[in-house]
Amino acid sequence: MREYDIVIVGGGPAGLAAAVSAKKAGAERVLILERDQEAGGILNQCIHNGFGLHTFREELTGPEYAMRFLSMAKELRIPCETDTMVMGIDRDKVVTAMNRRQGMFRVRARAIILAMGCRERARGALNIPGYRPAGIFSAGTAQRLVNREGYMPGREVVILGSGDIGLIMARRMTLEGARVHVVAERLPYCGGLQRNVVQCLYDYGIPLRLSHTVVDIRGRERLEGVTLSRVDEWGRPVPGMEEDYACDTLLLSVGLIPENELSRSMGVEMDPVTSGPVVNESLETNIPGVFACGNVLHVHDLVDYVSEEATRAGENAAGFASGVLPGAENMVPLIAGRGVRYCVPGRIDVKRMAQELPVRFRADRIYREALLTVRCDGRLFLRKKKRIMKPGEMEEIFLRREELCAQSGLRGITIAVEEE
Amino acid sequence: MEKRELTCICCPMGCSVTATMDGGEIVEIIGHSCQRGKDYAAGEVTHPTRVVTSTVSVEGGRDPVISVKTREAIPKEKIFDCMRAINATTAYAPVEAGDILLENVAGTGVDVIATKAVVKRLYT
Repeated sequence: MREYDIVIVGGGPAGLAAAVSAKKAGAERVLILERDQEAGGILNQCIHNGFGLHTFREELTGPEYAMRFLSMAKELRIPCETDTMVMGIDRDKVVTAMNRRQGMFRVRARAIILAMGCRERARGALNIPGYRPAGIFSAGTAQRLVNREGYMPGREVVILGSGDIGLIMARRMTLEGARVHVVAERLPYCGGLQRNVVQCLYDYGIPLRLSHTVVDIRGRERLEGVTLSRVDEWGRPVPGMEEDYACDTLLLSVGLIPENELSRSMGVEMDPVTSGPVVNESLETNIPGVFACGNVLHVHDLVDYVSEEATRAGENAAGFASGVLPGAENMVPLIAGRGVRYCVPGRIDVKRMAQELPVRFRADRIYREALLTVRCDGRLFLRKKKRIMKPGEMEEIFLRREELCAQSGLRGITIAVEEE
Repeated sequence: MEKRELTCICCPMGCSVTATMDGGEIVEIIGHSCQRGKDYAAGEVTHPTRVVTSTVSVEGGRDPVISVKTREAIPKEKIFDCMRAINATTAYAPVEAGDILLENVAGTGVDVIATKAVVKRLYT
């Protein structure tokens, strides 16, 4: 059996950044296993620009951003097995995978990095009444068809869900000559980034209808139209508030789900809110030496944060593989308090953490002029005024090691929103 | 006097900014909460520009299309002229990222370049 210091599952932005940093941190034998025919992941179909403002201080398109990391991986001679499907990972870190060249094979790793990304929530998860005609796509599927296969899925479009991919596709379909009638969002706020609402919808006069959802789908062979309805604060359609739209295409941008079948089957502890693994300050799961980063851990808005997170995972995995990273001892839980949906990491070993640890989280609704607090066992530890917090934009707060070390007998850290 | 309503994209605040214009001149900008917002609004009402990204079909490549962008931002009102020119273009594999596929698109003085490489198809 081939042996590696680190095996990385997934060659998207997270896997590539993790591989590069692991190699730079001294791991010699690093292997990436990628399911698609080329590495780069979803970036290859995200042909729009706006990537890399944090990482490279310039605005790149998705393929260009991927290329930066692909060339780093190439320079460092990191092998990437493409067209390769990982079938399972044992708790003793033996990875079973298969491809057309080698058939079924096994490799043994000292450390594993889970970087499988996420997939889109589909129509089946939404319980929309109506027929099941052709013409209903997830926004990411449509993005792949248009940007990689060169195929337009339709001409008259309605988009349900205001996730970033849906907003980006509203613009993309418009540029290619389709008419996007409306973007409907069931929640009272937008799920995507502000700049995408302005540059993808407002620029092209596409209306965004908040608190609206699709309540009927018409058409037997091909989609012929949908009915939109206003919903109340509990998401229930309000009778008498329906509007019909004639369209041949419905795009769904209704959420992303981390793809954790491998993680679950190997016994990784999961967070029910993120649908990703619970990790500690080193981005290590409950199984020592198994790390997670990127959208498999929690869904990010910006790839720059994925790269940063994956870089830390790669360094820590290299440290684990060489025996430098000490074992985790006193785990302090990091708790998402009032107003916070989740936070990553979920626990911290203060002794193992870096000088400054970024903690990422999302607010559970829109807050204005709010106070963000971090409490150690109930005592106020950190406070930060926030002019605005939105569920669609990931928040970040830094915890300093020295300051946490000074908190003796620490049993729990809570992050919460306290409105002024 | 003309009033232009904008949503600032500089940060998640998304301030509603109103610019009052007289002819092509800015008379007043209100609603912003920082200098970046004011600068953004001033740019948007006088000379709004965007980088256009799209795809160009490829002959003889492993992929049927290649992703492209305008090397720099072009005037917003030229976006659809730019798209027409892009859709009338064909690239021939192999193409390297950065290759110019269309010069001076829609008279903007800006080139359209490939943002990805497409290798030659080995079989037909």
